[in-house]
Amino acid sequence: MGAVFIWELRKLRAQKRTYLGLIGSALVPIAFVVAIALQNGSGPNDIPLGRALRDTGLAVPFVVLFFMSIWGLPLVTALVAGDIVASETHNRTLKTILTRSRDRGEVFAGKVCATATYTLAALVAMVTVGVVAGVIAFGWHPLVSLSGTDVAPGTGLGLLALSTLVYAWPLLAIAAFGLLLSTATRNSAASVVGTLMFALLMQLLAALPGTESIRPYLLGEQFSAWHGLLRRPTDWAPIERGAWVCAIYAAVALAAGYLVFLRRDVTGE
Amino acid sequence: MTDAPPVVARGLVKRYGDLVAVDHVDLTVERGDVFGYLGPNGAGKTTSLRMLLGLIRPSDGRAELFGRDPLVEGARALDGVAGFVEGPAFYPYLSARRNLELLADYDDGPRSRIDEVLELAELRDRAGDRVGGYSHGMKQRLGIAASLLRAPRLLLLDEPTTGLDPAGMRDMRELVRRLAREGITILLSSHLLYEVEELCNRVAIVRRGHVVYEGSLQALKASAASGYALRAVDVDTARRVAHSVAGIGDVAVVEGELRFTAGEDAVAQLTVALGRAGVGFTALLPRSASLEDLFLDLTEGEPAAPLVQEVA
Repeated sequence: MGAVFIWELRKLRAQKRTYLGLIGSALVPIAFVVAIALQNGSGPNDIPLGRALRDTGLAVPFVVLFFMSIWGLPLVTALVAGDIVASETHNRTLKTILTRSRDRGEVFAGKVCATATYTLAALVAMVTVGVVAGVIAFGWHPLVSLSGTDVAPGTGLGLLALSTLVYAWPLLAIAAFGLLLSTATRNSAASVVGTLMFALLMQLLAALPGTESIRPYLLGEQFSAWHGLLRRPTDWAPIERGAWVCAIYAAVALAAGYLVFLRRDVTGE
Repeated sequence: MTDAPPVVARGLVKRYGDLVAVDHVDLTVERGDVFGYLGPNGAGKTTSLRMLLGLIRPSDGRAELFGRDPLVEGARALDGVAGFVEGPAFYPYLSARRNLELLADYDDGPRSRIDEVLELAELRDRAGDRVGGYSHGMKQRLGIAASLLRAPRLLLLDEPTTGLDPAGMRDMRELVRRLAREGITILLSSHLLYEVEELCNRVAIVRRGHVVYEGSLQALKASAASGYALRAVDVDTARRVAHSVAGIGDVAVVEGELRFTAGEDAVAQLTVALGRAGVGFTALLPRSASLEDLFLDLTEGEPAAPLVQEVA
């Protein structure tokens, strides 16, 4: 599987959409910081840590994470996840690689790992640029936790790293769904759009009245699981739930994608 | 390694809904064969090759390469096997060399052969260019290079000369001949009779998914009823004489010639009878059906009629 994984990464490195996603992820926090710095007043007040935005650069990546969870990062993820199998169909290269010494399972696993790597890279790029841009603009100061206590900047940075990890789970689940679509539809554009629609639908469902009972199990909700890390004491419940809810979404999507990939007739591709 | 033949297909069927693309195909390719899989476009040749390579699942029947079924053994069944179906395809955004490096790594094979196969395909000068900018002929040659990278014992080539210019076709055929001389067994699909006639020692002729003939082209020619044309001074008398000789059939006068079918003995009898009857003749010519006629008969004739007996 190692060789397949490495080549999937090399293939991503040779494609424009990879850079589009990564550079887009890195530019968003810069644009955000510039916009906030140019604006007078305070806020946004209605989102977690929004009020503290101008007090410390450490708040910037948290707020950017919140905004990007709606469609930004799902789009960045879908860009590659929706394409990684469908592009083989488009280039008719599946027959080329499936007639070498690699089983279909290996090829699929390589694509899963490459997609995950790209997704995490985009997320880490966004958060890292967010911290740097935020600190340059608003300084390296203590963070105020969601419970109102002061958190030292060093601890805040650690919490940001953990939060990024927790935030990655639902993003990876969306990537898994994108891979399923990419495998099943064999069409890159349809898969990218479909993955984005799926992510938006999850948000929409959560916003509808009467969905309170299923809300904790929707994917969109898991994007706020990291809030638990910023409470004093730490609230582990949403984090634990996020872990298994996302794992189930990802496992179902990957299992379905794997079966489709394993059994598909490679015709004209 | 077993002694199993390079290719064995038994009762291979592929249905797409009501359409039967491949209809109970039996094929055996022996070691050292240059085997032609001949038929018009849309006869199911590519679909058959895809099943051999494990790219699509047969609806029924089985296929084995050197005794291994790709459906059961996966990629391991393709050990020693290489080739392409429906034109080779590569990553357009990578160079030819990068594409070959990828494929070598997918095989856990050495990259050291890459220069050698690029040389063979006459692509060494352009190896650093992205494949997206390659002409059809260059991609076709790269397809051969990619196949040879595996040092195959069996090569499956689907219409390798399609879309090439005359010089490209000649070079491709020359390459196939050369590979065959080196001992590689080759299964080559084509819709071009003369190509198969030129390159292959055995053929399977396929029509609407069904193999209508398998054997050598020589045997196919020999199996067709051989006809004769006789130019006589008195054609009408000659015709009466011909009717009286046993073993002479399908007697007809066409364009002033007497035409008939017969075995060699009957023809000899006829010449004696003509002499006795005082009918002088100026020419007696065997008229064997051209291979093209036979091919067209086999691939375009009515499906109900058994056109030619299969020659094993």
